[in-house]
Amino acid sequence: MLEVSLQHRFDNFALDAAFEAPSGVTVLFGPSGSGKTTVLRAVAGLLQTDQMTVRLAGEALDGQPAHARGIGYVFQDARLFQHLSVAQNLSYARRGDGRGMNRIVELLDLGPLLNRAPHALSGGEAQRVAIGRALLSAPRLLCMDEPLASLDSALKARILPYLERLRDEVEVPILYVSHDVHEVARLATTLVVLQHGSVRHSGPLEMIMADPCAVRDLGVRAAGAVLRLQVGARADGLTELANDGVRLVLPDVAAAQGAWIRLRVAAQDIILATERPRGLSALNVLEGVVTTLVPGRGPGIAVGVRVGQTDLVARITAASAERMGLAPGMAVWAIVKATAFDPAGVGT
Amino acid sequence: MGLLAMNEAVFSLQPEHWAALRLSFWVGLWAVLLGLPLALGAAWLLARRRFWGRPILDAMIHAPLVMPPVVTGYLLLVTFGRHGWLGWLDLDLAFRPAGAVLAALIMAFPLMVRPMRLSLETVDRGLEEAAQTLGDGPFTVFRRVTLPLIWPGVLVAAVLGFAKAMGEFGATITLVGNIPFETQTVPSAIYALLQVPGQERAVAVLVALSLGLSLGALALSELLARRARRA
Repeated sequence: MLEVSLQHRFDNFALDAAFEAPSGVTVLFGPSGSGKTTVLRAVAGLLQTDQMTVRLAGEALDGQPAHARGIGYVFQDARLFQHLSVAQNLSYARRGDGRGMNRIVELLDLGPLLNRAPHALSGGEAQRVAIGRALLSAPRLLCMDEPLASLDSALKARILPYLERLRDEVEVPILYVSHDVHEVARLATTLVVLQHGSVRHSGPLEMIMADPCAVRDLGVRAAGAVLRLQVGARADGLTELANDGVRLVLPDVAAAQGAWIRLRVAAQDIILATERPRGLSALNVLEGVVTTLVPGRGPGIAVGVRVGQTDLVARITAASAERMGLAPGMAVWAIVKATAFDPAGVGT
Repeated sequence: MGLLAMNEAVFSLQPEHWAALRLSFWVGLWAVLLGLPLALGAAWLLARRRFWGRPILDAMIHAPLVMPPVVTGYLLLVTFGRHGWLGWLDLDLAFRPAGAVLAALIMAFPLMVRPMRLSLETVDRGLEEAAQTLGDGPFTVFRRVTLPLIWPGVLVAAVLGFAKAMGEFGATITLVGNIPFETQTVPSAIYALLQVPGQERAVAVLVALSLGLSLGALALSELLARRARRA
């Protein structure tokens, strides 16, 4: 468990943030300029703030210099030492005992790179080496500052599985900065939403993403429930996914039957109806009950819908909500077009 | 014919000239050995720290570049001489070979600071941060990351400093005089020879040796820097 509380004043920006991060991946999410990186640097000891408390597993880390905190850091740019080979970069940290080397090399597929020079690596390769180097320093906490931001989407898609393996196979808690909702949906176990230097929401990923109150702070495009679904039968190129009263069919999910996957259902891709729709081409129509209605800043309104034991969130216009007479407790049908599912949001 | 001329040329040198060559070499070596670590410290302060008095330090380091060397020598004399204001330290540097090292060091100092300062300014501070997060304290970071990265600058500083210290004349002759076998360096030997008619051949030999050493040092620094950059 990591507990963070810090305050810092810049020339025209004040940061006042407090949150808790249990094990797993805690993502600091927010637009650029919201203070995510500042928080991360302060936690790692790379930035001195006016007031700060950082406790890791009950031990106070503030007051210790960065090199004594035992916190690994993966920067946006890989920052490999150019005067050393890849292998020397990996074994740079002396507090690591090197025993995990084989495991990390295998986990991140670094074998073919070991004897190369850092300047001969591609961006994605360099970033993998940087992740391995941080892990091999035997960190008690791993900070990752948008490690995929400098990569194109094809490379991102190749590295994301490595990060998922990291989350599932390495016992080190990870604090991860991102402004990309696809990364959040795939990696996060806990979500901390930052805006203008303060924490707007924090808690388990599924809870925050399905909370109509969070839609405004996540941004209309980013908002949308993340569901954990089990892969079922496959027929006619369509795969059935189900959990907790939700049953969806999706074209070609590349996961084995019985596997659990995450699926992000974007709030703006849900259409609501007050009657069971007929003669509709959409395959996925879920019957549920309206839980809450939260007006947004603009013409929109966020509607919480409970389907079985699963919460979804839809974003419609306030005018429609009024015309439909939506109110908590009302039965509604949520229509989701299969192609509206975010393919990047499909992850293990 | 060429061999004969070389033979004759070398024989035109007197024992005191060989002593002057040896002294110049040792002065150059000691000035670099003592001056380089100090220059590295100064370069680091100027490149990395913002402190009160930084412009003053900067000006003091560079002053020997713009002052007449004889003035630098005079200032050293009134500072370190027997009756100078640091005379109570009893360093007794005036008219001693050690004084020649001091004069050469002061004159070569700005030439040693500059390349290292420029190298330090181009070092990506992010790499030092990365080393910190990997568990290294400030001194270890400097030794394992910063120093290897500025190595070409350090080599250039050493070679330039050596060449400059070997050839220093004005401040040296003012502080330590021109005593054969004791404080006479190659430049002061050339100067002494020029005062007497009929010594053109010895002058030519010493001038040729000085030129060769200086240009050789420059070529060496260029070579080392290029190799370090490639590695």
